[in-house]
Amino acid sequence: MSAPGDDGVLAAEIADAQFGPAEVSAAVATARPRRNTPGPLDYLRRWPLQLWLVIVGLFLYLPLITLMAFSFNDSKRNIVWRGFTTDWYVKALTDSSLLEAFGNSLSIAALSTIASVILGALAAVALWRFDFRGKTAFEGAMAMPIVIPEICMGVAMLVFFARIMPWPQDLVWPFNLGPIVIAHISFSFPFVAVVVRARLASFDRSQEEAARDLGATDAQAFRDVLIPHLKPSLIAGALLAFTLSLDDFVITFFTAGPDTITFPVKVYSMVRFSVTPEVNAASTLLIVLTVLLTVVALRFQNPKEVAGA
Amino acid sequence: MSGENWRQERKTLLATLGPPLFWLTLFFLVPLAVVWAYSFGRNVGLTEIEISGTFANYAQAIQPLYLGIFFKSIVMAAACTVICLVAGFPVALAITFAPDKVKAWLLLAVMLPFWTNLLIRTYALIAVLRDEGYINLTLGWIWKQVGLVLNVPPFVPLEMLHNNPAVLFGLVYVHLPFMVLPLYAALDRLDRSLIEASLDLGAGHFRTMMQVVVPLALPGILSGVLITFIPALGAYLTPDLLGGPDSQMIANVIERQFKRANDWPFGAALSFLLLYLTFVMVAVQALIQRRRGAR
Repeated sequence: MSAPGDDGVLAAEIADAQFGPAEVSAAVATARPRRNTPGPLDYLRRWPLQLWLVIVGLFLYLPLITLMAFSFNDSKRNIVWRGFTTDWYVKALTDSSLLEAFGNSLSIAALSTIASVILGALAAVALWRFDFRGKTAFEGAMAMPIVIPEICMGVAMLVFFARIMPWPQDLVWPFNLGPIVIAHISFSFPFVAVVVRARLASFDRSQEEAARDLGATDAQAFRDVLIPHLKPSLIAGALLAFTLSLDDFVITFFTAGPDTITFPVKVYSMVRFSVTPEVNAASTLLIVLTVLLTVVALRFQNPKEVAGA
Repeated sequence: MSGENWRQERKTLLATLGPPLFWLTLFFLVPLAVVWAYSFGRNVGLTEIEISGTFANYAQAIQPLYLGIFFKSIVMAAACTVICLVAGFPVALAITFAPDKVKAWLLLAVMLPFWTNLLIRTYALIAVLRDEGYINLTLGWIWKQVGLVLNVPPFVPLEMLHNNPAVLFGLVYVHLPFMVLPLYAALDRLDRSLIEASLDLGAGHFRTMMQVVVPLALPGILSGVLITFIPALGAYLTPDLLGGPDSQMIANVIERQFKRANDWPFGAALSFLLLYLTFVMVAVQALIQRRRGAR
């Protein structure tokens, strides 16, 4: 799995960091007598940097924005603007194979998210709470799915499901998605574990001890004290797992049998043939979904922002 | 914990560690181990692979052709990393020193493309770069306007797709956010008074960056480099969709062995070489980090 998910760690770090020095600098900024001349560290107010931000922003966003804009273009050739239409959305939403692929992707993401959150949280708790033999080895092994190139994991899954654990063909939904779901869980749950572990670091164990002193059993203490504390990280981890699963192409491409198609695999086969507005429309829908998920995820990781909104 | 509930504790350990350990072993380590075993095997018949302990696959993998592709992948990934670092550093810097509210928006702006489906982003690039893409369309239009005044030959679209620069462009496009986020995390942890001191003592902004900020933020820079380099090295989709026949990277060769050429043992050997390369990178970074920590 490639690095996308280090952002789990990062996002946590970023959320933490944001309450630190930033506040200080904001205070410094307001304390400055003349706000019109940029202070020494107001890099954002220097024009070369502003220009650079604009260039990078255009670089990152222009392709995506044109892609979305042209999903409303009333022309099959998808080149010149010929007027507004939502036909391509109608077409995409009535294309049964595209819909099936989309449905498959969402089901896979949902199933993989549920399992990843459970496994990831358990792993995080085990690593946080216990010292056991082979802990370092286990930690290293948990980091591997995050670090290794997607292609390596993809071929490993391909070989595994072809030779070691052949998955029966022609199963009913959702069992036909089994191999993909399993592969997605394998690369998602270590990310969840990282996010949850970061949150565990701030858990005050005396709370749990207090619960136990007051007569709570282990299970009760876990359910009523630890889980509520972990909740933001569980939600963040879930959203991370969901997006990772929805985003994955390479590993799915290797794991999917000939008759199970996910959204990225479907788009891949469409893109290979041509650039059509229908793909633009379908992509736009997925982008909108991603934006919503990202915004929700950031809200959960940054309680201050929620409070400020 | 007191000794009386040692048994209880052990049960909790098993209950928490058991499921993830089981999953990781069966559905990650075993598949990898099988690939590793196959890399020492050879094809017998159409689907049978005999694990004979041969090194023939590795010998084949270090032939000039494949070594060349490995080398090319490393060069591409390195170029992508350098461009991302140079382009991303000022962005991370601007985000770090932005006011709180702007900062949140800028971070969101960096994260959104990061979260957007890789395939969709690559597809968006195809639409921009192809012969009848937006860039060529714009250039063609300008050319036509010029043609109204001057006598110019008909416009020939620039070939921006299916070549190596397109792959590099795509790699940078995809991986830039990978670089910005860890850089930001590192810069944000810096002690600002050190930067101010450097500026007060007469160093220019550039010199302060090079001699104060960069050395202090080096661990973060290194992790950004690693986070960008590793996925770029193993990139499959970008060279596949944006590249031409001569811009294959190592992942494309691996894919071919497994999906088309059906030479699994050789593909397995290539995968493990890529994996070893990744491990070396991680180890080097860890080593540098540790040495810095020891100082």
